[in-house]
Amino acid sequence: MQLRRRRQSRPAIRDFSRSARPSIRGYGMEVDSTDAEVSKRDRLVNNLQNLSVSDRVRMLRGMPLSVAEKSELSQIPCCSQLKYYIIIGARHSWYSWLNFLHSLQLWQVALKTVSGRFGTGVLSYFLFLKTLLFFNFFLFLVTGAFMVLPQAVHPPVLPAGRSSFSGLELLTGAGYFSDTVMYYGYYSNYTLRKSCRDDGGVQNVSLSNGTRLDCVSKHLSYNMPLAYFFTIGVAFFITCIILVYSMSKSFGQSFRIDKSHSILAMKVLCSWDFKVIKKTSVKLMSENISTQLKELLAEVNQKHVKNTACQKLWRLMVHGLAWTICIGSTTACVLKLQQSSRIADNNLLLTEASLLALPVVVSLINLLLPGLFNLAAWMEDYESPSVRTYVAICRNLMLKVSVLGLLCYHWLGRVAADPEDIGLKCWESFVGQELYRFLLMDFIFTLLDTLFGEFLWRLKVLKRRRKPVFDIARNVLELIYGQTLAWLGVLFTPLLPAVQIIKLFLLFYIKKSSVMMNCQAPRKPYRVSQMTTVFITLLCFPSFLGASVCVTITMWSITPSSSCGPFRELKTMFQAGKRWVEELEKDNPNLSVLARAHSYLVENPFFLFVGAGIFLIVIYFHSQVVDGQRKIISLLQEQIENVRHHLNTVYTALCNYEDNYKTN
Amino acid sequence: MGTTASQLGKDLLSEYQELTFLTKQEILLAHKRFTELLTKDEKDLPNTRVPAERILTLPELKSNPFRKRICHVFSTSEQKDGSLTFEDFLDLLSAFSDSATLEIKSHYAFRIFDFDDDGTLDCGDLEKLVNCLTGETDETRLTTEEMRQLINNILEESDIDKDGTVNLSEFQHVISRSPDFVSSFKIVL
Repeated sequence: MQLRRRRQSRPAIRDFSRSARPSIRGYGMEVDSTDAEVSKRDRLVNNLQNLSVSDRVRMLRGMPLSVAEKSELSQIPCCSQLKYYIIIGARHSWYSWLNFLHSLQLWQVALKTVSGRFGTGVLSYFLFLKTLLFFNFFLFLVTGAFMVLPQAVHPPVLPAGRSSFSGLELLTGAGYFSDTVMYYGYYSNYTLRKSCRDDGGVQNVSLSNGTRLDCVSKHLSYNMPLAYFFTIGVAFFITCIILVYSMSKSFGQSFRIDKSHSILAMKVLCSWDFKVIKKTSVKLMSENISTQLKELLAEVNQKHVKNTACQKLWRLMVHGLAWTICIGSTTACVLKLQQSSRIADNNLLLTEASLLALPVVVSLINLLLPGLFNLAAWMEDYESPSVRTYVAICRNLMLKVSVLGLLCYHWLGRVAADPEDIGLKCWESFVGQELYRFLLMDFIFTLLDTLFGEFLWRLKVLKRRRKPVFDIARNVLELIYGQTLAWLGVLFTPLLPAVQIIKLFLLFYIKKSSVMMNCQAPRKPYRVSQMTTVFITLLCFPSFLGASVCVTITMWSITPSSSCGPFRELKTMFQAGKRWVEELEKDNPNLSVLARAHSYLVENPFFLFVGAGIFLIVIYFHSQVVDGQRKIISLLQEQIENVRHHLNTVYTALCNYEDNYKTN
Repeated sequence: MGTTASQLGKDLLSEYQELTFLTKQEILLAHKRFTELLTKDEKDLPNTRVPAERILTLPELKSNPFRKRICHVFSTSEQKDGSLTFEDFLDLLSAFSDSATLEIKSHYAFRIFDFDDDGTLDCGDLEKLVNCLTGETDETRLTTEEMRQLINNILEESDIDKDGTVNLSEFQHVISRSPDFVSSFKIVL
């Protein structure tokens, strides 16, 4: 037993109070059981004495002994009194920090009710929602502290002719809201200083020629364009790190090398969900397990019926037809979207309400097309439920990626390239407003879908006998879509994370009440760890990656508007950072190293290629290690077989020898 | 070491935090729910043992088909009647908590499924286990033939040393292949 290892090592079996080595049990080893127990305990105490305090605590916790037995073992004197008290003090402060974190847990009672009735599968949707809430909260804190707050405290001079507040703003995000701290256009392009209020307004200091103010303030100055640029960059960078870390952790927990054997044993030994406590749900779970066991038995014990060539061809045709329907409908919708977006451009400033047309169309597409995909899947009749889920996810993903791709091209490729063509003074604020509208429409349509899809069952309008099942995959994809919109919009609408937080909060309660009242537990087996890993991967790769690529393109290559925002008069947003470095170099020639480092590392794409190359090499090495481990496992299993066969042979030979000896 | 009536001392609280996987809030909540199960005169005695029938009235255990086995496994009484003291109760919650390791959970799962307490899962244990899983009604129960086939398949898949029973190491080997075990072997108050 390697007691010195930092990671959790499995305690040796000999140290367990109730021995679990039955191959020795029954062969007369219990003769001196009490002595054996005592000597075992002494050995254990001896081992524990050699450990450091934290290792000892970790070992004690990991032992399957009762609390009374453990407390006896822990009364072991160690090191000097002072060191002991310091260590105990440190541990107590660590525990208080953990308790504080634990007390911040949100929605614990609600989550317990949901898991008590529906099990771990449906619970994973709500946990995913909670995770997204924390991402947005972090984003809101960062943008709020570094961008919104300084600008709100130093409001710029506003142009004349502001519209007054009418209720429509909440839906369109335009009108009164367009000249508030909500959008890009409000932010100043100069360094904010605590002003001397001779003329009642803030001095307009140009960044480039550095004219001095009449009254030089001794207070801190705040370079708004730089702050805007770096806040967005740092927020995205930290979100990327957190996402990749949680993705790798989830992958590590759910990846299993050798899953094809022992399906029945796993089903019997591991499938009971102890979280379910409601009586009817327990009964349902028993029924499900019974059905699955019977199906698995039939599958494992019967010869697999080979499909004839004719049947195979028929299945292929059906699959082909289903995929054609799905891809065809997606392409048709995307083309129609392209058309209507072009029309929307031309009639842009007609009425405020017409701005809502495009978001409504997109939300309708997102709502109706997955229903069509479900119909196609029903026609195809998949054998394995997990394959069916993956195909449904693929199709939904394809739809959402194409819709979002088209919208990004429309905004960045057309609106940003030629804003005067459409009559826009500030295209960034316009894009920000569009994203706000899309987010809001997505929420309203989810609300309507929940109402009509799930509540409508109650009115028995569709005359269905069974309650609808909560479609976890589809709902999680909706969440990922909403989060992509939020990430796309942070650059243009710094308050968008706040809107997303409110939306997720309301969505939690709406979905929870709908599930509790109207849905039944899923009947098909749902692999929670695997699906959670898939969802986090989808959140990281198409969703976050796509959003960050769009934001990077905007910052690196698109010209900002010349009359609004913190980057007016600059060629690209990236220039704000570059200019600051140049100024630093001018003021202090010793910092030229920084300037050169900046120009080599950040501007040169070579560095990115090298980084990506190293990343790929690391992934390749890890995959080779996994392959090697797989081979070792199969070799070891062969060895066990051989040893068993060998022992059998020896045993039979011994028995024969004994028989011969007895007869002779 | 014992627990007094209504208040849990600070020393005891920190000791329990060290020895179990529970946080302070979870221990306090467990104490609250445990004292609710005590009668008026029992509340003043230290180290009271609550009989299994009262423990089984807790909503988290009431409908669980393994409830009697759970009480039996965590009980430290000499009569083996499934009665739990507060510390046994904490042991139970610690093994079923969020932060418990796979080794602890698989060890206790093995003991819960070992219906005859002989240290291995033989055919009788597996049959009782499957009956617990599939429930009481006739439609869901497996037929004798199906049960025999199922147990043969399980032993074929998981019995590595071919002694006709599943011991702890073989059990842990099967469990380690299922990534969902850790998240489903949980009870939260």
